[in-house]
Amino acid sequence: MNGSLHLWLIPLLPFAGFLINGLLGRHLPKPLVTTVALLAPLAAFGVVLNAGFLNYVHVNPGFGDPSPYIETCPFGWLNVGALHIDFSFVLDQLSMVMLLVVTGVGFLIHIYSVGYMKEDEGYARYFSYLNLFLFFMTTLVLADNALLMFVGWEGVGLASYLLVGFWFQKKSAADAGKKAFVVNRIGDFGFLIGMFLLLANFGTLTFTDIAAKLTQNPGWTGGVLTVTALCLLLGATGKSAQLPLYIWLPDAMEGPTPVSALIHAATMVTAGVYMIARTHVLFDHSPFALSVVAIVGAATAFFAATIALVQNDIKRVLAYSTISQLGYMFLGCGVAAYSAAIFHLMTHAFFKALLFLAAGSVIHGLGGEQDMRKMGGLRKKMPVTFWSMTAAVLAISGFFPFAGFFSKDAILYSAFQQGSLGKALYFVGLVTAALTAFYMFRLWYLTFMGENRDPHFHPHESPWSMLGPLVILAALSICGGWIGIDRFGSFLSSVTGSTIDPATAPGGKSLDFALSGVAVLVAFIGWFVAHLFYKQKPKQPAELAAALPSGYKVLTNKYYVDEFYGATVVKPLLAFSTYVLGWVVDRAILGGAAWLLGAIATFSGAILQRWQSGNIRSYAAWLAAGAAAVLLFLVVQWPAVLANFGIHLGMMGH
Amino acid sequence: MHLILFVVFAGFCLAGAINLLLQSHPINSALSLIVVMTSLAVLYLLLGAEFLAAAQVIVYAGAIMVLFTFVVMLLNAGREERTLGSRSWRVVGFPAVVAILATISTVILKAQGLGGARLGDGLLAKNGASNIETLSTVLFTELLLPFEVTSVLILIAILGAVALARHGDGEPASGSAERAAGK
Amino acid sequence: MNSLLTNEVPLSWYLLLSAILFSLGVLGFLVKRNLITVFMSIELMLNAVNLSFVTFAHQWHAVKGQIFVFFVMMVAAAEAAVGLAIIIAVFRTRATLAVDRIDLMKL
Repeated sequence: MNGSLHLWLIPLLPFAGFLINGLLGRHLPKPLVTTVALLAPLAAFGVVLNAGFLNYVHVNPGFGDPSPYIETCPFGWLNVGALHIDFSFVLDQLSMVMLLVVTGVGFLIHIYSVGYMKEDEGYARYFSYLNLFLFFMTTLVLADNALLMFVGWEGVGLASYLLVGFWFQKKSAADAGKKAFVVNRIGDFGFLIGMFLLLANFGTLTFTDIAAKLTQNPGWTGGVLTVTALCLLLGATGKSAQLPLYIWLPDAMEGPTPVSALIHAATMVTAGVYMIARTHVLFDHSPFALSVVAIVGAATAFFAATIALVQNDIKRVLAYSTISQLGYMFLGCGVAAYSAAIFHLMTHAFFKALLFLAAGSVIHGLGGEQDMRKMGGLRKKMPVTFWSMTAAVLAISGFFPFAGFFSKDAILYSAFQQGSLGKALYFVGLVTAALTAFYMFRLWYLTFMGENRDPHFHPHESPWSMLGPLVILAALSICGGWIGIDRFGSFLSSVTGSTIDPATAPGGKSLDFALSGVAVLVAFIGWFVAHLFYKQKPKQPAELAAALPSGYKVLTNKYYVDEFYGATVVKPLLAFSTYVLGWVVDRAILGGAAWLLGAIATFSGAILQRWQSGNIRSYAAWLAAGAAAVLLFLVVQWPAVLANFGIHLGMMGH
Repeated sequence: MHLILFVVFAGFCLAGAINLLLQSHPINSALSLIVVMTSLAVLYLLLGAEFLAAAQVIVYAGAIMVLFTFVVMLLNAGREERTLGSRSWRVVGFPAVVAILATISTVILKAQGLGGARLGDGLLAKNGASNIETLSTVLFTELLLPFEVTSVLILIAILGAVALARHGDGEPASGSAERAAGK
Repeated sequence: MNSLLTNEVPLSWYLLLSAILFSLGVLGFLVKRNLITVFMSIELMLNAVNLSFVTFAHQWHAVKGQIFVFFVMMVAAAEAAVGLAIIIAVFRTRATLAVDRIDLMKL
């Protein structure tokens, strides 16, 4: 490559922003804080654009197949025996796409936050945490080996904890931050085990080396590869909020809404999908693991969609929607359609971020109200928000020609082509699409349509610092999918494997069109039911809920999963910590050992104390004994005497 | 003759020493010790150390033991009482004494090259000088410094004894003299 | 035995006597309960050592042995004086001469 792309600037610019705002932010005037906070992601985005242009447009103008550009830090990281790990950044098509999403959407959300967090007293702290998050996320994306990715992985978990618990004086927010971090850690355990297995079997953690080794041995399938893949999957489910580790994401809505948009919609939760796409060669060699991924994805998608049907908090609906859409991405990975999953990741970033930001605009306009039952009739009061949100809702429901249609359709088509399991999962995905359309339009009707249900709200439109990003994201949600899976897939194919070409696959192009038509039809059905329930017959939902009381109760209580985990995992752990570790280990063993040391000193002291009695005759006796001992030692020929007992001293003389 | 003398006076030594241990009144022990010392003086004579024999009688038996006797009488020490002390001398002390005695005896009995002593053996000094001449020659030439230091030592001992033994506040001697003068 | 008939007493006998006297002195130091008697046992020990010095002086025909005995006697005299003064001082505060009762450093 001619010249350096300076990839290291991409993480380091946000890190500089974090340092400046974190250390000095409180003493700087607000405009300066804002400037620093916005410059960092903008500059990073600029570097990304520059790198992309130089690497993919200028050098190889046909978006051909350039080899990945690797930038290594001059001083190494780990050099232990045969293990060599460096701070290396790699820019290939996959990381290019991710970086554009992360820095681009991140920058837009930074702009939005300027307006949203204007009155908050933790303004500088907020932006420092956001920049810290960008630092770690870009590290994660750019990493060329699993260990550096893990650094970014953990770091975004940290940033998530800091930002979810941003209003830490509120107990629920602090608890939510803790929950997010702890559940993530459980997933990270899986990632770590996966890394150890990779190291043991491949001797390296660099993704390209692992992929090369695997492609050289096409017959190496199953067994240890499956275990490794499943461990990595566990890590991905923790970070990307899939079954069974999704529980932290709804609680994470305690954080500020831009945080939810950036971290829990567009970027951090997609890290799991990204990781699977990066290590896809490993998953390709283990069909069992792939099926597990697909099943987990489809099940989560359906499960989360059902919960979202009955939630009343606008952000909760969006949270479960995120979990559901992430399930789609996992489904895409599970049917080896990695490009389709990344495509959906990109479009999802656009419309989910838009949904969250618009919801934030609504909440901001209503002075903090989040309950949808109290909203209504906002379309007249907040027009820009309304139209942006409409674009997003149409995109997520999968209507043609919005972005979500193309990506979701690509995933469902690939699933359908994947044998009988694929077809079953296709139907699950289809039903979920219907549910998605339903609850999104339910949200739309409750929030914007109808009349204002709560008179003492005076909603006002948000300032342009908040509306600008909404408009841009709305534009992206409309046209973001137009690149099409074929071109997108071929762009990524050198990294993520080839996509299915509808012309050559069974069923041909007509099957592709038929399935797309079915998808749009299903979305239409979802809209129609929502229209029925919330526009024409507003009493219907309540009647339906009354008709199925236990079902409704289960859904509103989120299938009691949190309570289940509390009883089976949290309670035993707490009991173990209190009783076994607290009483036995800490008090009895450790405290006892410390007490024992003291007791030995005291006890031996008490014994020795009796020796010093002050009694002259006792002293005299011991004096005589000492004298006798010295005399014996000097006079007796010890080597000869001891040799009689078999102890041979090696001393010369005496 | 030498043998008889040795046996008799060694016997006196041992008898005196054992009696010292067996007696319960300190004055009896003191008197036994005087016997030991004078017997030792005779033994010194047998070994050809005439000056030391004389010094033993004059200094030890004549001064030190008299001092002991005076103190016994001054303090009106009575018979020894049974006291509750430690019994460790039985457990630790006895074996120690036995060990000391056994060790030294073994060394002595195993030693070779020890000669004998005859009656009339002097120091057999080189130039036939008498014992006291030989002694004083060395003492006042080679070892003059230790000799003088010893005299200083005795002076210090006198001072120490006087300082330690007098009454706490004021001397009873001057007090009684004043009382006598006052009357 | 030959030597005995010619009236020569082996020096080892003197040394043995010295050893026995020394042990008796140590024994007295351990056994006796009166402070003054204990002190007397110490004097007995010193005398035993003097005897062995004189014996060896005779053995090696060295006058320094006898001179050492001389010095020992001087030191013993000084020591006896001071020691008895201490005993008197202790008796004044404790009113007892029993060794077992004198077991505190504080006067």
